[in-house]
Amino acid sequence: MENNKKDDNNSRRNFLKLGLLAGAGTVATGALIVTGKSASGESGEKIKVLTTTGEVMEVDKNFLTQAPVGRKESHLGIPGRKFVMVIDLARCKNARKCVTECQKGHNLPKETEFMKVYLMQDSEKTAPYWFPKPCYHCDNPQCVSVCPVGATYKRSDGIVLIDNERCIGCKFCMTGCPYSTRVFAWKPDEAFDIDQPYSPEKSVPGVEGTVSKCDFCPDLAREGKLPYCAQACPMGVIYFGDIDEDVVTNGTETFKFSELIRDRSGYRYLDNLGTRPNVYYLPPVDRQFPVERGLDGLDEETLKRFENTPYVKNAKISKEAK
Amino acid sequence: MSDTVNSDKLLKEFAPQIERTGNFGKLWIAFLCLVICYGWFALYWQVSRGHIVTGMRDNVVWGVYIVNFIFFMGISYAGALISGTLHLFHSEWRKPIIRMAEFITIISLLIGPCFIMLCVGRLDRLPNLILFGRIQSPITWDVIAISTDIIGCILFLYLALLRDLGKMRDFTELKVPQWQKKMYKILALGYTGTPEQQLRLKRATDVMAGMVIAIAIIVYSVLAWIFSVTLQPGWHSTIFGPYFVIAAVYSGTGVLIVSMFVFRKVYHLEEHITLKHFVNVGVIMLVLGAFFGYFTFSEYLTKWYGSEKNDEQLIQVLLKNYFNLFILSNYVGVLVPLIVVGFRKLRTINNITIAAVVVVIALWINRYLIVVPTLETPYLPIQDERLAWQLYSATWVEWALTAAGVAMFCLLFTIGSKLIPIVQVSDLKEEPEQPGDLHLM
Ligand code: SF4
Repeated sequence: MENNKKDDNNSRRNFLKLGLLAGAGTVATGALIVTGKSASGESGEKIKVLTTTGEVMEVDKNFLTQAPVGRKESHLGIPGRKFVMVIDLARCKNARKCVTECQKGHNLPKETEFMKVYLMQDSEKTAPYWFPKPCYHCDNPQCVSVCPVGATYKRSDGIVLIDNERCIGCKFCMTGCPYSTRVFAWKPDEAFDIDQPYSPEKSVPGVEGTVSKCDFCPDLAREGKLPYCAQACPMGVIYFGDIDEDVVTNGTETFKFSELIRDRSGYRYLDNLGTRPNVYYLPPVDRQFPVERGLDGLDEETLKRFENTPYVKNAKISKEAK
Repeated sequence: MSDTVNSDKLLKEFAPQIERTGNFGKLWIAFLCLVICYGWFALYWQVSRGHIVTGMRDNVVWGVYIVNFIFFMGISYAGALISGTLHLFHSEWRKPIIRMAEFITIISLLIGPCFIMLCVGRLDRLPNLILFGRIQSPITWDVIAISTDIIGCILFLYLALLRDLGKMRDFTELKVPQWQKKMYKILALGYTGTPEQQLRLKRATDVMAGMVIAIAIIVYSVLAWIFSVTLQPGWHSTIFGPYFVIAAVYSGTGVLIVSMFVFRKVYHLEEHITLKHFVNVGVIMLVLGAFFGYFTFSEYLTKWYGSEKNDEQLIQVLLKNYFNLFILSNYVGVLVPLIVVGFRKLRTINNITIAAVVVVIALWINRYLIVVPTLETPYLPIQDERLAWQLYSATWVEWALTAAGVAMFCLLFTIGSKLIPIVQVSDLKEEPEQPGDLHLM
């Protein structure tokens, strides 16, 4: 089994905890680490840092990242916050940027998706619509209840996280979740061999034989940023915010959460199950795009997913009839 | 001392089974070992390559392994419940078959949990179940229940064996290696059959028989709750506890009848195990079959009649993709034993055994139909281009390990019967009568 691989990585990782030198304040405060790799390569911009041994060292800016919150700390949640997400179905056209950017941000293998976009049709005569589905971070989470080892937990800020260094991979949480949110690492993957200290808040690196899922990107929230999906969506479908502060934003527009839900008749998916999700949907009324636009420009494989949906089947039949 | 004479006669009769293994026996054992080796290879394959080599995927996260787990746990019940009940009711006829029932219990109880471990992605982290165990999780209930069950059943079986072990120790004509004699001596714990020992043994066995029945019911209900506490449309059912318990004993009696048939043929036990035994166990099977059919019917009737959206979807899949299996498990598996045992004319040893085989197969399929189709029809439609992610089909790895489990069962059964006579030799009359004892048949 690949179980030792990760521990090897840990010892090989050899990262330095650094204090930020005065004057170099381009990044948020807090512990910074120098990583061996950076997705974007060297930036050319050097930052002076103080090593633990007291030496001053110059590091490229792109090799500096915020030290992720450790496993223990990640249980606590960000004080005073209660996160919420609102997804505006009227604007979604299956652009799939949320899916791909989330995959990039969480260093996921290509076939693993934390955010999934469904083509939904509630019943035969009702209108089909695109339905992005992250983890709902329920207030009454089945997955947390059933986990035998406490590897999945609910935090004070409402986020449900997974500690993949404790998870035994029994998959009980996957059957417990009625929203098919969780994914299992069925095989060892190159994507897991990333040179980075593990943090449940980042869900990176993944581990074979454990589960993972959308984590609401608390690491980004700590930096005051929106989750990858919300940042990426070109239509501004995904709003993220704080339910106690009563505010949500998609980066360009900001709303009072309660007003948005009231004015646009926000609802939660399968609310009757009693899971009390923290993700709300705005119904697909007054749409900005016809639903078929979502099928444009999809690659072969993704297109195949929707082949068996009643909508695509009917569309095909009526096309052939013509 | 006619009892002693009687047991000695029996021991003499069974001595050859214990002393020698014939060519056929050796071949059989070699074959089983081969199958088990194949299973080990499959296990190596799975561990080294990850669970991707199985048919399980993100929707159907549990497959044949968990079906086997439920199945083996179920038949372990046969022994516990049947031998426990027969013991408490002092049914005289139980003597020749009770040892088999006890063997079935212990052996399947050891094999069953192995299958659930095969579902676990990180075997190396199993200690976490103890280190970080959360009592809120049904899996923790299961860990506690199963380990209690194993200990309880081993104790019960051991108590039931004690008298025979004493007999084996005292039986000097037995030609077995020295270590085996020593084993009998140590295990017999100095039991010589004094009236005081007899009384104590009787009391202890009575208590354990009652406990074993209770524990077994709890274990199987807990197992059912693993499914029914979730919100999955096919699992979230209030009758799952009793339903699983009934199904378990039902399949257990089936296995008991099959093993009665096999050992009767192989060890020539025609004199001891007669049609009467087959009919008696068959009647138990019939009653359980009727209950099982009733539970199955009410489970599916309410789903179908109410036809909530997701229930309806599940029923549709069952009747479309799994039609033959559905009929086989839920109709054939109920009707065949009802008819065979129900009509006096049909009650022959062969017929009852065939009915038992049908029951065993049907019950395995019944569990498959509970686990797999439900996971194939989640609340959100499965929209995935990969066929393996939409529909489950077990791979060679899973079948190899399943075969290895069955082979292991047969092997342990064979070895067990080589160490201790498969038919209880000590006389039941040695059990002292006590006021308040119940009698049945
Ligand atoms: S798969 Fe992991 S997180 Fe899920 S229930 Fe099992 S141990 Fe907990």
